[in-house]
Amino acid sequence: MIGKQFVKGNEAVAMAAIKAGVRCYFGYPITPQSDIPEYLSRELPRNGGTFIQAESEIGAINMVLGASAAGLRAMTSSSGPGISLKQEGISYMAGSELPGVIVDIMRQGPGLGGIDASQADYYQATRGGGHGGYRIIVLAPGSVQEMYDLTMLAFDLSDLYRIPAMVLADSVLGQMKESITPNRRPVCALPPKDWAVRGWAEGSPQNVVKSLKLGDGEMEKFHWEMHARYQLLADRESRWEEYRTDDARLIVTAFGSTARISRTAVETARAAGMKVGLLRPITLVPFPKKIYADLSRRCKLFLDIELSTGQMIDDVRLSVERDTEVAFYGRPPGAGSLPTPEEIFEQIGKVYP
Amino acid sequence: MKQVFGRSPSLKDVQTHFCPGCHHGAVHRLVAEAMDEFAIRDRTIGCASVGCSVFLYGYFNIDVVESPHGRAPAVATGVKRARPDNIVFTYQGDGDLAAIGMSEIIHAANRGEDITVIFVNNTTYGMTGGQMAPTTMPGQKTSTSPYGRDINNDGAPFKMAELLSNLDGVAFSARVAVNNPRNVLAAKKLVKTAFRYQVEGRGFSFIEALAACPTNWGMQPLAANERVGSEMIPYFPLGVYKNTDNL
Repeated sequence: MIGKQFVKGNEAVAMAAIKAGVRCYFGYPITPQSDIPEYLSRELPRNGGTFIQAESEIGAINMVLGASAAGLRAMTSSSGPGISLKQEGISYMAGSELPGVIVDIMRQGPGLGGIDASQADYYQATRGGGHGGYRIIVLAPGSVQEMYDLTMLAFDLSDLYRIPAMVLADSVLGQMKESITPNRRPVCALPPKDWAVRGWAEGSPQNVVKSLKLGDGEMEKFHWEMHARYQLLADRESRWEEYRTDDARLIVTAFGSTARISRTAVETARAAGMKVGLLRPITLVPFPKKIYADLSRRCKLFLDIELSTGQMIDDVRLSVERDTEVAFYGRPPGAGSLPTPEEIFEQIGKVYP
Repeated sequence: MKQVFGRSPSLKDVQTHFCPGCHHGAVHRLVAEAMDEFAIRDRTIGCASVGCSVFLYGYFNIDVVESPHGRAPAVATGVKRARPDNIVFTYQGDGDLAAIGMSEIIHAANRGEDITVIFVNNTTYGMTGGQMAPTTMPGQKTSTSPYGRDINNDGAPFKMAELLSNLDGVAFSARVAVNNPRNVLAAKKLVKTAFRYQVEGRGFSFIEALAACPTNWGMQPLAANERVGSEMIPYFPLGVYKNTDNL
């Protein structure tokens, strides 16, 4: 039996990475995620892995690129300013079809911003982030348990689809302590990494990991193949959580820590006799479009809540039926801007039909 | 009849994209011969960089990872840490290594990563059309230094072999040239030494190879070859700057 443990969200990420078989971690200190490299600098070498504190975020992501090209599970973690620096490497990994896990414990921005929770990097995460037109898998945990579970899932999905995967959380989830069950690694049949560089032995093909595609039609073909793979990902891997949506006349939708706060507000609304539900996307890429479409056939009012001036709302609007109204309540990230459940309940009251 | 000279088995039997008079081909050959010498071809992984050296996989019979501009030492760090039994080298130009990738090379060297770095210094950005490089010589005209490199404005050229030799993590650092048979023979020996360091697990080894770029220098191949001897070698002296064989 696996006992419960009382850990920080960031520690849960690091624990899960080791359980998932990460062999190499490369990172650079930045608040509010430094518990991840601190934990792994202590535990990864003991578990047969390699930890390097890189010279920069750019150095770190390119070390991930190298270790991943060599066929090992590799990861890095950071927050806003550092994630911006990693975008070059992430684009190259996407272009080279390399797996790898990037953990983003969001803080405020733009620029140096501040260290309080934010969801304003939704666009950066879900639109690729770097140059060239690509998507990466983006998973949005809503609890410390999910910080653990989704980190494991990120490694499997990334290996399965050969697309970099990001765990997108924020400083609330990273710094919060909760009791979790450190589950075993789920069984997932993964293809062999026969594309990895390991030395070109007689009788085997030359392996080249690259993103340069100069042949006539080569790059176009790559883009269409990736487009099809993103579709496959959407069909198979979309994940979400519904809470009391069956008879809802208003569906609140939010991800991550904002969804937790919203859930308390939804419970308050239910206690007051209001038919309110909650839809929480767990995968942001792929965005679970189908459930939004399905629910909007019977519920014509959504309330999107974000720690920003509104980014996920674009995906919500693109996913619901056309005659659905999507109201919005946002608090741009900043010290003191985290909404309370009472505040969200008040917003529910304002738009409730 | 006994064959006394032929293509290195580590090289593919293909034409290269290099311009007439370019020294990349000669440097490629020396790297291939080092792999032949130590019979390490089938366990060597190359880290290509961005520039004229990007097509490494097309010329060598080895597995290759392509790196973002300047990042090959970080990529090679990841590869070597993941596969310590493999031989890992980067092959980078001067813009790649000494400008955009200065941070990566300095830190990989300082960590003493057990990799070999082949640095081709031709005093210009070749692939992008001859712009000023961090190694462009004082007064040298390029497409972005049309009045000649002004060291008061642009700084002086980096002397990478000397600079890296000051780091404790560096086991071997040398500068070579391939502009005449004598220098080629000396270069061959030192490139082999650099790979021997890695075969023996001795730490970071660095070769700076001075090279001609006739196209972007606007010179005939012979004149460009002459310039390596008359201008570059006096400014970038050949030799071994760090050697830990006797430690």
